[in-house]
Amino acid sequence: MSYVPVEEIIKSQKTPGFKTTPEEAPTEDFHDILFQLEKEGELIVQRVPEPYLEVPTKYGRKKKIPLQKTWHHKSCGQCGHIPGYSTSIFWINRKLGFDYIDPRDQTSCTAWNYYASATSNAPAQAAVAIRNFSSAYETGYFPIIHCGTSFGHYKEVRHELLHHHELRRQVRDIMERLGKKLVLPEEIVHYSEWVYAIRDRIAEHQVIDMSNITATVHPACHYHKLVEEDAVYDPEIYGAQRTAIVTGTLKALGINVKDYSTWFDCCGFGFRHILVSRDFSRSFAVQRKIEVMKEEVNPDVTVTHDTGCVTTLDQSQFAARAHGRKVGIPVMSDSQIAALAMGAHPYKVLQLHWHNTDNKPFFEKLGIDWKKKWQEFEEAVEKIKSGEKEYLTWEDADA
Amino acid sequence: MSSAVESQVLNAFPLDLSQDRYAEVPYEEKARLFEEVKTDIRYHDVLYGCYECGICVAACPSARFYDFSPRVIAQACAREDVELVYTLMNDSIWDCSQCFSCDRCPRGNSPGGLITILREVAVRNGLQSARDALEGYGRIIYKIMSTGTQVSPDMLQPDAFPDWGTHVHEIAENLEVWRRALPPETLHTTDIGWDVDEKTMIELYLIWHMTGVMDMIKEVDEGLFMILQDVMEERLEDAGYDDVTFD
Repeated sequence: MSYVPVEEIIKSQKTPGFKTTPEEAPTEDFHDILFQLEKEGELIVQRVPEPYLEVPTKYGRKKKIPLQKTWHHKSCGQCGHIPGYSTSIFWINRKLGFDYIDPRDQTSCTAWNYYASATSNAPAQAAVAIRNFSSAYETGYFPIIHCGTSFGHYKEVRHELLHHHELRRQVRDIMERLGKKLVLPEEIVHYSEWVYAIRDRIAEHQVIDMSNITATVHPACHYHKLVEEDAVYDPEIYGAQRTAIVTGTLKALGINVKDYSTWFDCCGFGFRHILVSRDFSRSFAVQRKIEVMKEEVNPDVTVTHDTGCVTTLDQSQFAARAHGRKVGIPVMSDSQIAALAMGAHPYKVLQLHWHNTDNKPFFEKLGIDWKKKWQEFEEAVEKIKSGEKEYLTWEDADA
Repeated sequence: MSSAVESQVLNAFPLDLSQDRYAEVPYEEKARLFEEVKTDIRYHDVLYGCYECGICVAACPSARFYDFSPRVIAQACAREDVELVYTLMNDSIWDCSQCFSCDRCPRGNSPGGLITILREVAVRNGLQSARDALEGYGRIIYKIMSTGTQVSPDMLQPDAFPDWGTHVHEIAENLEVWRRALPPETLHTTDIGWDVDEKTMIELYLIWHMTGVMDMIKEVDEGLFMILQDVMEERLEDAGYDDVTFD
């Protein structure tokens, strides 16, 4: 028996360009069941509107990503505490001339509470999801999900609905009482997949050179660990061994993305922990993520694509700094970085005053005069305070 | 010592997996609760057995900071160890981060999903450990149940987030004007994440009503239940749903 060094075996398995084909996929294609149930009259499937883009997923299948006519399922954590996150998503749509809806007929998925406290159950969670999907369907616009947890949770809900007749019956009865239908979208799409899918178009509109920026990426657990098969993976990014979103977007903007050894680790959010046991969240975020990035890469910024990840990685650095830990990496979403590259205002659009960690060195490296930009924001705020304006408008944001 | 403080202190000590701790609880009661876990429709989607490889533990953030093991939880359920499941349901499951890093299990288990079911059963049956774990969490449940959004801008107060530093003071002081300095019209709110239609809120309340979620709240926090009941029933009545009550 010939001897093969273990390093060679590992190397051969980790060769960039690793691919799987749909025929070899270890999981079912949910579309088969979805369309079968539609034929049987069990539910309605909302189709991805044309024109759409196709991106590769974990097992080599294709996922349709709508370009526009999107119904934006907002995130409670983003809108509540880091509102420049969602504002940047909307700003990119407007800049590219895409038609979209920012609905009021939308609740959160309520999954943050569910994963934190379990004060809900499968029928309630499914009904909340389907109420939102049904509302989107009524408008003719296709749902696009801003939050990583909503995205992962809705895919879990989809799995449960597709496999459990009794749950479908319960949810259909509830929807009937609300005057709605049991609707599932053809694809459940996360906004970062949309950003990734249009990354070249974003790059065409890039006005800020970012080639001197080094970034690390934190992938959101609920994006790529929950119902993993329709997360986006690309042979060109980490040899399709890790999800491609965020990294692919940053590379398209010319940013130098560097790897670090705890890439797979969670941010420490913990759902209940971030609200009532924050010692855990702080410790994990700092010791397993920020300090490792700092030690191994020392990036100018770390970029992620979920509500909880931005919050935990950013806010946890304040207390750690007081203890002399190696922290100090600004944290932003891919939507904020993409909008900034396209010329969005750091405070009127990215709303970075809601973030915590010092980002001034990052702006100075980009040649952006943050003092002038902050002054412009303060002038806009003064107009609101004096009553000259009621709100900051989209036109004001680009003025 | 308050139960919340006691829970924190307990976390500092090794998990007691002996069966002495809950010896006074009848075996039949423990078996009844485990049966409730096993009859959940999702149970067979999250547990297929256990190789005891420990990959879930290696990936788990909570295992690094608490005496917590998703492997032990999966094994206890797979072996149908009623006593151990009861101990874990009380002393371990609330340490889980619900990140689902453990979903990389080569057997296809989802220990995180299993824990979701165990937590639901603990809440539905009003276990004291569930009440303790959720102590201090009531205002969050109130927010999500009554507004449909989990966190609101006005929750960013220095006394709630002292460890987030001075910028929380700045946000709290400028909250109203900074919210008006947001271009999306739906975000000019302070007590809710975004502007949600009244009709949409009523539909959410009807979902809570039809799925028995308020009964779960009642089991773990009766005071919170009563406050929510008042708020929701009044809005439902105004919307013409006089017959919908949470009693």
